[in-house]
Amino acid sequence: MTDIAASETGTTSEVLTTRDGVPLKRSLARALRREKMRALMLIAPLLLFILLAFVAPIADMLFRSVENNIVQNTLPNTVVALRDWNPNSGEIPGEPVFEALAGDLKIAVSQKTHTRLGSRLNYEQPGIASMFRKSGRKVKNLEEPPYREQFIEIHEGWGTVENWATIKQFSSKYTDGYFLSAIDRERTEQGIAEKPEKEQIYLFLFGRTFFLSVTITISCILLGYPIAFLLANLPLRSSNLLMIMVLLPFWTSLLVRTSAWKVLLQQQGVINDFLVWTGLVTDAGRLVMINNQTGTIIAMTHILLPFMILPLYSVMKTISPTYVRAAKSLGANDWTAFWKVYFPNTIPGIGAGSILCFILSIGFYITPELVGGTSGIFISNRIAYHISSSLNWGLGAALGVILLAIVMLFYWMYDKIVGIDNVKLG
Amino acid sequence: MKLKTLMLSVAVGALATSAAVAEDMTIVSWGGAYSASQDAAYHQPYMANNAGVNIINDESAAEAIAKLRAMKEAGNVTWDVVDAVAADALRACDEGLAIELDADTQLAPAPDGTPASEDFGDLLVSPCFIPQIVYSTTFGYRTDKVGATPPDDICDVFDLAAYPGKRALEKRPINNVEWALLCDGVAKEDVYKVLGTPEGVDQALAKLGTIKDSVVWWASGSETPQLLADGEVVIGSTYNGRLFALIEEQKQPVGMLWDAQVFDLDGWIIPTGLSPEREARALDYVKFATGTQQLADQAKYISYGPARASSAPLVGKHATLGIEMAPHMPTDPNNAKNTFLYNYEFWADNRDDIDAKFQAWLAK
Repeated sequence: MTDIAASETGTTSEVLTTRDGVPLKRSLARALRREKMRALMLIAPLLLFILLAFVAPIADMLFRSVENNIVQNTLPNTVVALRDWNPNSGEIPGEPVFEALAGDLKIAVSQKTHTRLGSRLNYEQPGIASMFRKSGRKVKNLEEPPYREQFIEIHEGWGTVENWATIKQFSSKYTDGYFLSAIDRERTEQGIAEKPEKEQIYLFLFGRTFFLSVTITISCILLGYPIAFLLANLPLRSSNLLMIMVLLPFWTSLLVRTSAWKVLLQQQGVINDFLVWTGLVTDAGRLVMINNQTGTIIAMTHILLPFMILPLYSVMKTISPTYVRAAKSLGANDWTAFWKVYFPNTIPGIGAGSILCFILSIGFYITPELVGGTSGIFISNRIAYHISSSLNWGLGAALGVILLAIVMLFYWMYDKIVGIDNVKLG
Repeated sequence: MKLKTLMLSVAVGALATSAAVAEDMTIVSWGGAYSASQDAAYHQPYMANNAGVNIINDESAAEAIAKLRAMKEAGNVTWDVVDAVAADALRACDEGLAIELDADTQLAPAPDGTPASEDFGDLLVSPCFIPQIVYSTTFGYRTDKVGATPPDDICDVFDLAAYPGKRALEKRPINNVEWALLCDGVAKEDVYKVLGTPEGVDQALAKLGTIKDSVVWWASGSETPQLLADGEVVIGSTYNGRLFALIEEQKQPVGMLWDAQVFDLDGWIIPTGLSPEREARALDYVKFATGTQQLADQAKYISYGPARASSAPLVGKHATLGIEMAPHMPTDPNNAKNTFLYNYEFWADNRDDIDAKFQAWLAK
């Protein structure tokens, strides 16, 4: 089109150029590139910091949920020799496997890696840890082959099919075993199956985490909405005072607030003492409000309340009072004016507050740990247990990946249903 | 000129700080009264003898093994000596996180010349572990809330009719399942055999199920003393030293139920991956701190039994209260009429499995 226009008007050059003869298009692109580079340079320190200190460690931690090099690295020849063995045969592997094991184990003992392998496999099959520990101590005393009987002599575990099946099953570089455990499944001879009911816990905990987070978010809306309304509509002097009362707990340490709830809610605590004093409950019938779900809901609602109030407040502040006045002058009563005119305008604030509260509470750890007892703990308490106590980092990472995926899924669903553009923080 | 001075002073400053860093020794322990007892009995005398060394107390022993593992992976171990319970020391050893020692050549012999391996005896449960104290997990009860006959049998914990009220138990299977089986008619020597079967675990959980609704589950050793002091629970398990502090130092109306106390060990481990100088210094410290007199000195501040046989006769009076410490030791014959020894091998193998069942049982 331009070409035709150019030829028709009879201009000399076919391409527009700048004064120094460079085609305008290229010159523009260069200028744009330079600008982009400059912008990138400006944010480079922050970007680098986030990549190094935040994204990389998280990616590394999450990668552990599938990584499983240890078996192959510690027992390389045994793993190869095990390829021909079929666990379904009901027989333990033959002499060649034990011969490979003797060689691998001697090297592993000299590098002291056999006990690490033992603790890794013990997560899958109880008893393997001591099998490797004991065998490591005695492997130097092994006599001439055949080794099979000698190994079974050292530890009877080498004579059971289950232990060998576990070694074979986890001999590949990557495993789905952690993820299966994280959804209460395991691999059996018949394929993937549910774990025995007495060992199922994670799906149940995911469900409870979700249910409690929704409950906490809803109670935050119910409690936060009137306060935000007052904040936005009271005269400046009283609303400032109210704002400080909202922010003061927000600035207080989370641990302090949680401990304060302990003092208030426990059976010999302030609230129960008061109720007994007024005669509302008997001394024997003191209410149980802590170390259960009630405790978790109360304490977490209190802690997350500012995250609901502040977005709500900043949205309400922008709603012009003339809307409600206009509705009333057109004949609406108080309720209709609120419900049909004011409330729809506050929905972006409710959305922002809800998503904040929900995502924060789904990953809460310390408050449920302190006041949740057994019925009020979250999935993150199990993740923490696996990271710091059982040292099963693979399973902890798998649970973390699932939790992250759930949060992202909710975010996506929220975007589809409400639209993330409708969320306002002010 | 100015630049030169600046550079010089920076260089001198760097030298000075690196020299100071070289003399710092970070020792990880449990905090509270326990760290205080170590400070008085080990750290202060050691620093007095070794003027160049500055001991820094780190109180993260509760998740020490996880942190050690992370440090080792990052290739930067910042701790020199770590206080760990025996089970954790065993795991650190398995994971290659702690160095192995030879007790006879690297630890001090008893004053009469008995080699360390004999002086510590069976308590050397792992080659990486240098025992320090014998402690026990046992029960305390409110003397004012148990009526005329205070509990004297472990099974009283399970007897809601005789002793109504809440109990405090640790939020993990270890010790609880053993006590449950003992009170469900299993003989002491068969406990771990029974527990090794799925039916045995079910049996233990069923027994615990009889009091489940009356239990407050604790995660940190300081919770039970608080719950007892507040009157939230009538009876609760914790470490005996915590109960000693509650009864003798804070004068709370609490009594000790020593029956079927579970003995456990706490001691030192030295991380792998230290520079040779740091490792040598850590070894030197541990050799000093686990000497006969030092172990006996620690018992002046806290009621845990010294791990050496040769220290026991030297245990004297409490440093500030002035009471005899021997009757408050878990190893005292009056207290140790019926004791239970924690089985490290069993729990190293079955901990994760039984814990999964226990937590599933708890959550539902």
